[in-house]
Amino acid sequence: MSATTIPVKQGIYHKAGSLRRERRWALWTAYLSLIVSAIIMLAPPVYMLLTSLKTSAEVADQSGSPWWVSSPTLENYWALLGNRMFIDFFLNSAKVTIAVVALTMVISVLAAFALGRMRFWGSQALATGVFLTYLVPDTLLFIPLYQIVGGLGLLDNAWGLVLVYPTLTVPFCTWIMIGYFASIPKELDEAALIDGANWMQMLWKIFIPVALPGIIAATIFAFTVSWAAFVYPTAFITSPAEMPMTIGVVSQLIRGDTFAWGQLMAGALLAALPPVVIYAFLMDYYIAGLTAGATKG
Amino acid sequence: MAQVSLRKVIKAYEGGVQAVKGIDLEIADHEFVVLVGPSGCGKSTTLRMIAGLEEISGGDIAIGGTIVNDIPPRDRDIAMVFQNYALYPHMSVYDNMAFGLTLRKFPKAEIDKRVKEAARILDITPLLERKPKALSGGQRQRVAMGRAIVRDPKVFLFDEPLSNLDAKLRVQMRTEIKKVHQTVKTTTIYVTHDQVEAMTLADRVVVMNHGVIEQVGPPQELYHHPATKFVAGFIGSPAMNFIPARIEEASGALNVVMNNGTTLAVPEDRVARYRPHAGKQVLFGIRPEHLTDDKTMDKSNLAPLSLTPEVIEPMGMETLAHFRHEGTEITARLDPSTPAEVGKPLALIAHMNQMHIIDPTTDKVI
Ligand SMILES: Nc1ncnc2c1ncn2[C@@H]1O[C@H](COP(=O)(O)OP(=O)(O)OP(=O)(O)O)[C@@H](O)[C@H]1O
Ligand SMILES: [Mg+2]
Repeated sequence: MSATTIPVKQGIYHKAGSLRRERRWALWTAYLSLIVSAIIMLAPPVYMLLTSLKTSAEVADQSGSPWWVSSPTLENYWALLGNRMFIDFFLNSAKVTIAVVALTMVISVLAAFALGRMRFWGSQALATGVFLTYLVPDTLLFIPLYQIVGGLGLLDNAWGLVLVYPTLTVPFCTWIMIGYFASIPKELDEAALIDGANWMQMLWKIFIPVALPGIIAATIFAFTVSWAAFVYPTAFITSPAEMPMTIGVVSQLIRGDTFAWGQLMAGALLAALPPVVIYAFLMDYYIAGLTAGATKG
Repeated sequence: MAQVSLRKVIKAYEGGVQAVKGIDLEIADHEFVVLVGPSGCGKSTTLRMIAGLEEISGGDIAIGGTIVNDIPPRDRDIAMVFQNYALYPHMSVYDNMAFGLTLRKFPKAEIDKRVKEAARILDITPLLERKPKALSGGQRQRVAMGRAIVRDPKVFLFDEPLSNLDAKLRVQMRTEIKKVHQTVKTTTIYVTHDQVEAMTLADRVVVMNHGVIEQVGPPQELYHHPATKFVAGFIGSPAMNFIPARIEEASGALNVVMNNGTTLAVPEDRVARYRPHAGKQVLFGIRPEHLTDDKTMDKSNLAPLSLTPEVIEPMGMETLAHFRHEGTEITARLDPSTPAEVGKPLALIAHMNQMHIIDPTTDKVI
């Protein structure tokens, strides 16, 4: 600390104002790049929102600016929300995601605790192995997994996805949790052991509460992966009744070369809503957990 | 309340490091024993084996007469205070202290009574609702002690509990720990590398070095009758001076003769003890407080010598003078009124009835 602050103080002393100018510079650059990236990031969703508010006729009309809605309408939204099939897509997504997140977190937390804390022969190698499996992309995995899911009779069944997504989520979440548990001082579990806790109590009463920020980060990850999954449902699900949002919207609203643009955009926005809500809600907890300095005794 | 026995206890870590090499130690009920020694000598390892956090590679450990070698920590009925406190960060002070009792299914009323009582003893009652992060280092240390006290265990184990505190707080907490022990009287094993902490707290001090016990005894005994050169040099601050010398016999009396010819007479009551070593090379050990200026009242067994100070350190109530004598550092404690100057020979006296003669071949005090 002192080593870095002393030269700065000398800087102020010798040529007053230079620091402030430097700081203003840094702020300008920061804001400028933030604005540019915000525009780049927000342009697609804004365009989606605008398109979703247009009638098919207006979408097809090439004369005006595409960034302008002349007669905004919610008819695309009503059409989707009034459509039983669309509601089912949504429920399928929710069902699969909730099951996957729950399954992932139970497995990851238990696995991370065992691999990171209960030193046993080969636990190190096993932990590395778990991480390596995460590096295998799903585009490579879906063919063998198709065989397995087919063998179990779960093809074209939303529950088959619950079995498949954890191959993506569990390794990564386990890895996050091992890292988080590793940051908890060893004396904390020793104190708990002496206080009379068994392994389960130690996990439940000490590790999970202390590692809550990590658990929330892992939950967000599992949620995102599961909600946004596209390759696996495309490969494994064929009947509309079992489809999640991601492929349901695409498969039902694109008929041959007819694109129902307005409804597609409305569907995509509706599908993006839950992650946004969850992020906004859990991020608060996440940051609160971080600032609580939970791992410092 | 219980006694603790260690019999031929060995700890070998994977990779062949033998951290503890066969320790025998009997600790009586209510006793306060301090394990002290330099870094890496195996103090923590010994304590952790008693706690059950480290498996023992050989020997037996008994608590209250029961061999606990294979009993897990939670069933040994011990409590431990760690150097970094190890408070549960998500629990209030109250819950931190109550945790062990809750796990042991104590009735709510009993838990409440014990926590409040411990909080009173430690003077942390106003902090009970706070989280650890809202406490100062000293307060956290008190909570960690409170967590141990409420359990009313057979043995308290402390592993360098004060080394994260600043000097002033350390002295204050040291007194606090002593007070608590006088109140609750639980058998206590306390690890530190600070010999002042060891001397002030202990009923008996265990001096360890390289995985073995050098000497066990009450603080005063270790100070006055160290058994080995290591203990003689470790206990006491500033450390004892060791000056190469010879024991020489002259007409029935013995003298300690330094290499530069300085001759110091051995007190009569020690002549018989040292006679077998006459003519041999030894180390003459004398503490700085026994190498002083000529202002002392007790005039018996004083031997004069003259040395030239290299550094003078006035400490207020005393002055330390450092000399270099044939390659060895020598320190003397002077009365602050003594006019000592760097480079000017200084008349000193050695209190020969407080000296130690060490056999350099065995490093044992003769
Ligand atoms: N888990 C371990 N694996 C291998 N060697 C270890 C392990 N823990 C400690 N040691 C070694 O055992 C020896 C004794 O360690 P110990 O922690 O008991 O020392 P200590 O007396 O408590 O020292 P300090 O005052 O620095 O805490 C050291 O040489 C140390 O390197
Ligand atoms: Mg130690």
